[in-house]
Amino acid sequence: MAMLDFEKKYRVRGGTLIGGDLFDFWFGPFYVGFFGVTTIFFTALGTLLIIYGAAIGPTWNIWQINIAPPDLSYGLGLAPMAAGGLWQIITFCATGAFLSWAFRQAEISRKLGMGMHIPWAYGVAVLAYVTLVIIRPVLLGAWGHGFPYGIFSHLDWVSNVGYQYLHFHYNPAHMIAITFFFTTCLALAMHGSLILSVTNPKTGEPTKTSEHENVFFRDFLGYSIGAIGIHRLGLFLALNAGIWSAICIVISGPFWTKGWPEWWGWWLNLPIWR
Amino acid sequence: MLEYQNLFSRVQIRHAPDQGLPIDETFGQRYGTGTFSYWLGKIGDAQLGPIYLGFWGITSIFFGFVAIEIIGLNFFVQVDWSPVEFVRQLPWLTLEPPPPEYGLSFPPMAQGGWYLMAGFFLTISILLWWVRTYTRARALGMGTHLAWAFGSAIFLYLTFFFQPLLVGSWSEMVPFGIFAHLDWTAAFSMRYGNLYYNPFHALSIAFLYGSALLFAMHAATILAVSRLGGEREIEQITDRGTAAERSQLFWRWTMGFNATMESIHRWAWWFAVLTTFTGGIGILLTGTVVDNWYLWAVKHGVAPQYEALNKLTPEQLEKLRGQYMGTLQGGYPTYTVPAPAPAPDAMAPSTSTAPAGGTP
Repeated sequence: MAMLDFEKKYRVRGGTLIGGDLFDFWFGPFYVGFFGVTTIFFTALGTLLIIYGAAIGPTWNIWQINIAPPDLSYGLGLAPMAAGGLWQIITFCATGAFLSWAFRQAEISRKLGMGMHIPWAYGVAVLAYVTLVIIRPVLLGAWGHGFPYGIFSHLDWVSNVGYQYLHFHYNPAHMIAITFFFTTCLALAMHGSLILSVTNPKTGEPTKTSEHENVFFRDFLGYSIGAIGIHRLGLFLALNAGIWSAICIVISGPFWTKGWPEWWGWWLNLPIWR
Repeated sequence: MLEYQNLFSRVQIRHAPDQGLPIDETFGQRYGTGTFSYWLGKIGDAQLGPIYLGFWGITSIFFGFVAIEIIGLNFFVQVDWSPVEFVRQLPWLTLEPPPPEYGLSFPPMAQGGWYLMAGFFLTISILLWWVRTYTRARALGMGTHLAWAFGSAIFLYLTFFFQPLLVGSWSEMVPFGIFAHLDWTAAFSMRYGNLYYNPFHALSIAFLYGSALLFAMHAATILAVSRLGGEREIEQITDRGTAAERSQLFWRWTMGFNATMESIHRWAWWFAVLTTFTGGIGILLTGTVVDNWYLWAVKHGVAPQYEALNKLTPEQLEKLRGQYMGTLQGGYPTYTVPAPAPAPDAMAPSTSTAPAGGTP
């Protein structure tokens, strides 16, 4: 049994959302639950279909394996397996697996008497994925607008879609998303560094306290957000990075079809400049 | 169903502002006595200030001010000293590096001289601020982890100086301007064959997204156990409580693996530090070791060889490669090589799996 020394007393029944006690058990370190079963089902099927897609494709080169969405001519209809149908089923499986995973996190949170922050946070990542492969293709009227599943093919997709709007960096929501990503990285570095520097102080010094944490950042920047505050801020920054990423791509096409640099014309033409 | 999830503080206490632990104030001192902000108190500590300022901080702020002043005054000249046009055109205004003909020499002030001077003062300011991250930590007897993390970011910043130095032209440096630096990013990527094929760019993005993922996981976990005191991380590290145990079991039960209350901060530190560090390596290799990342990726079997839409003569190709690079290597694939017919499916890769080494 892969149990930590304090684990046994936490392995109690209850907290499930569905299925009662039926799937309320562990497999090695993993909690199973109803949603563990659905996760395994969708993950296994989706992964096997990816491998099948690679097998009928032109290459086994891991960098170049590519499961492409259907041609735009199929619109929102179903495509033959070898011409994008695989992509459609894999997308369905991935969405099912991701949602199962979120509900599984909710069950584990309930079992441990924890808040629901983790499943909601994970839900934002799922939302970003669903926006890319379901919401935006539906708004544009063709599954072909989803991104292909492949290591370098999805980078090609990002590059090509970016240049379709001439210069994607001018997309205001993209600007906000990138700013949130960079700020998240900065805040993570500051938080990680702070905790390590008080628990691993200068040689010969005793372990420092939360007093030192606050005084350091007050000395350094004039403000310390505090122990609970940094985790609120970190969650806010990280989730906004995902949310604004979803916004920046869903407005490209459904709501703005020209080059993004052109969008900024409204600023130059504001009446206040006259 | 709705429960309090500790997203905002509902109770705030007020007391005399904390003046901070005693430190050596020989070369600087704490300014202000501290004040309280109700709205800051909703998400974190309400106390604002005092702040320490010493030699390194004051000189850093001074040189940073000089750099911003040079950039701002250059913007002002460009709009003929009109404050309204300054605000209106601010996103488009830019202080450009010298044009290519000046190479690595010092150009006239109006042709990039001001740019180099602003960059010089900004760099001095940043390096002085690094000293501050180090000395403030040591003043309290703490480790210097923040200084070394900031050092990784400075490394990335400095590669935007060293890459132009290595390819022999200040003109490659990043302009000071909002849209201008975005234009530079796109132009730099296209000039060197699309940076998406640069493996260090890929690593940097993976660590950047990983940082957001880790912070979301960590912050959500701590907030979820905050009713058990989970945010008191030093105590949870040195004397493990039920908050740490539940946090660890959550991830163990979810994904079969867990960090500890201390090691999650090591994961965090490394992900954040490697974002800028791998990014810096990617910049240094671009134009110096690798001319064109797409062709590099084709040569190494990473990217498929797409049909060349533009058939170029060797002379045209030579012009496209810029003026600072060495001679083209023999046997290196180029855009002039005709690729096989595209696959029937628009998004499918071409059928050639092994990239053919073309002739330049």
